[in-house]
Amino acid sequence: MSIFIEAAIRAVFVFGFLLVTVILLVWVERKFVSDLQNRVGPDRAGPWGILQTLADGMKSFFKESIRPTNVEVALFVAAPIIALMTALLIFMVVPIGAPVEINGTEYALVGADLNVGLLYVLALSSMAVYAIVFAGWASGSKYPLLGSVRASAQMISYEAAMGLSLVPVVLFAGSTSITTIVEQQQGTFLGVFPAWNIVLLPSFVIFLISGFAETNRAPFDLVEAEQEIVGGYHTEYSGFQFALFFLAEYIAVFNISALTAVLFLGGWSGPVFGPAWIAWVWPIGWFLLKTWAIVLFFVWVRASLPRMRYDHLMSFGWKKLIPVSLAWIILVAIAIGIRDFGLPWS
Amino acid sequence: MTSREMMHRSESAVSIELQTPDMTLNIGPQHPSTHGVLRLVAKVDGERIREVEPVIGYMHRGYEKLAEVRTYAQITALVNRIDWVSGFASEVPFILGVEKLMGVEAPERAQWIRLILSELARISSHLVFISSYPLELGATTPLMHSLREREYILELIEEVTGGRFHPNFNRVGGVKSAYGGGSTTKKQSMDLPAGFFKRTSEAMDRMDKICDDIDTLVTGNELIKMRTVGVGIIPPDKALEFGLSGPNLRASGVAYDLRKSDSYLTYDQVEFDVVSRPGGDCYDRYLVRLHEVRESVKIIRQAIDMIPSGPLQAKVPRVLKAPKGHVYSRAENPKGEFGYYIVSEGGKMPYRLKIRSTSFSNLTILPWILKGQLIPDLVAIMGSLDFVLGDVDR
Repeated sequence: MSIFIEAAIRAVFVFGFLLVTVILLVWVERKFVSDLQNRVGPDRAGPWGILQTLADGMKSFFKESIRPTNVEVALFVAAPIIALMTALLIFMVVPIGAPVEINGTEYALVGADLNVGLLYVLALSSMAVYAIVFAGWASGSKYPLLGSVRASAQMISYEAAMGLSLVPVVLFAGSTSITTIVEQQQGTFLGVFPAWNIVLLPSFVIFLISGFAETNRAPFDLVEAEQEIVGGYHTEYSGFQFALFFLAEYIAVFNISALTAVLFLGGWSGPVFGPAWIAWVWPIGWFLLKTWAIVLFFVWVRASLPRMRYDHLMSFGWKKLIPVSLAWIILVAIAIGIRDFGLPWS
Repeated sequence: MTSREMMHRSESAVSIELQTPDMTLNIGPQHPSTHGVLRLVAKVDGERIREVEPVIGYMHRGYEKLAEVRTYAQITALVNRIDWVSGFASEVPFILGVEKLMGVEAPERAQWIRLILSELARISSHLVFISSYPLELGATTPLMHSLREREYILELIEEVTGGRFHPNFNRVGGVKSAYGGGSTTKKQSMDLPAGFFKRTSEAMDRMDKICDDIDTLVTGNELIKMRTVGVGIIPPDKALEFGLSGPNLRASGVAYDLRKSDSYLTYDQVEFDVVSRPGGDCYDRYLVRLHEVRESVKIIRQAIDMIPSGPLQAKVPRVLKAPKGHVYSRAENPKGEFGYYIVSEGGKMPYRLKIRSTSFSNLTILPWILKGQLIPDLVAIMGSLDFVLGDVDR
């Protein structure tokens, strides 16, 4: 029985953690973009406007969710729920800190330590496409339809690039469990450099680029390009259903940032100081630091780059990212083969 | 029927060419990138536009008809509302036409003030384009930066005329005597506000700087180039055929500028280049406008040095009456050729006022140029033509 209670506690914790994070994330994004654009940004609700997101969320919660007449009701209602569920579930396998020992038992600071963690992440992020496709199709409206057609093409092709960019990581670590991958990145390389997977630089870059496309962030936000197709798939959504999409999108941004930190930047690895009762905080701090750095990178890119065009995006994905990842996989595979079995002629 | 026959039949049934009907997409009148209330009825096949039909008139305010029951002095208040992004520039051709009709000439200082304010209006209008065009391509930051700089221009215009958008500053035979001015002659105590030229040249330094900033932020940006280079090419012959004018024409390689060819006001006394680019694509239309800001800065700097002192208003009768006759008067608006055809039957009001508004003529190329383009390019092309719906519908 206790295993269920533990799992429930973990799930509730992940849910709460993500909600608080999103509230901060939206505020940080708005403030950061405002700074880049000579604006003040939100400053009314709470100190420095930090409660603005909460206020917006409350507002949309109390607003009417308008349902246009010619929607496919079941899919229309299901779409935002699918979007949120997939976004929430991905974070379950991300370790946020080093294992903690309480009363002699070691607890891993992760929602669930799956041995197929990376596959689970890829599977769920593929599921996220359904939310957008359903939303666009079920709205029974033209702009959402265009948006969802764009979304399906974009997310499916970048899903492939993302999956391929992760293969070298898996080869390198010899495991698809994210916790194992992080543990492999502890310590240093040649005594000075942290032994992070950042050495797989092409994978890192491709993963990050596909991450932008997967989360529909600028410059790949053509799924919801306001100037072209009004709002894309969520044009017809309002009130709380829209808020669910919004929430899912920002959780997805945080997920991608956290995954990048965990897979390539060593996750919670970093120097630890102080006595044992405080030392467990450091890994969590390192993890959060790395993740938020990437989040800020996402925001920075959004503020500086325009949107790509649909056909450029597709040719970039298929003609550049995927061939490069394939070549890189072969290179890494050969290197690992040499490391493990020696040169073929020796 | 044998199974072989059935197979054959089913294959032939499948091989009928599938016809997918084009989807009719109503873009506008409420759409984020139609600059107001333009409606485009587009037949699209996926993202590809088969044909597009612009529907205008949602913002018709009847200025041509209204002008028939207004005196000449009152009409200036109407005409600066046609293209509100550059209000002063649309007053100039009208007042020049009325002066020509009445045989009045404004004093030289008034001509120079008109020139300075026209160029300020041009900078302000181009800055709106430079800010909103990257926004249409999805980049949000240039908007804030260049709109902030535009604010300095609007403050200058407000300082002189009292209005940021609608100056209503021209009078038949001169310009309005501004309030609170420093004197340039003993008789005229109501001149430009004190320190105006100093603040203007400071603002011009800012304009140079924002042009450099925009160069680094937008002009060299690879993604901007991907979206605009080679997109929406208008060859010179097509540009002339559709009656394009202004930056849109000059970006197609036709170096035609009324400031040079007509040399109204005192444009013949200042040195400036007519900016033109050979390509005719969206990127060239953007670059022409960016360079025109620099040229306008050059013109204003010279004008500050060259402006003479003197009266602001010529002697005109108390009741303004135009003799019988007609006149066509035009000027280089920020968006292109802006003309007024004024017909007078004698009396205080015009018999008929025909407004040749720039945006309307520039818009006529839309059905031709949008045929076969993608929806993202529709936004890029429409934005690059830089029209204002108030100017289209009048």
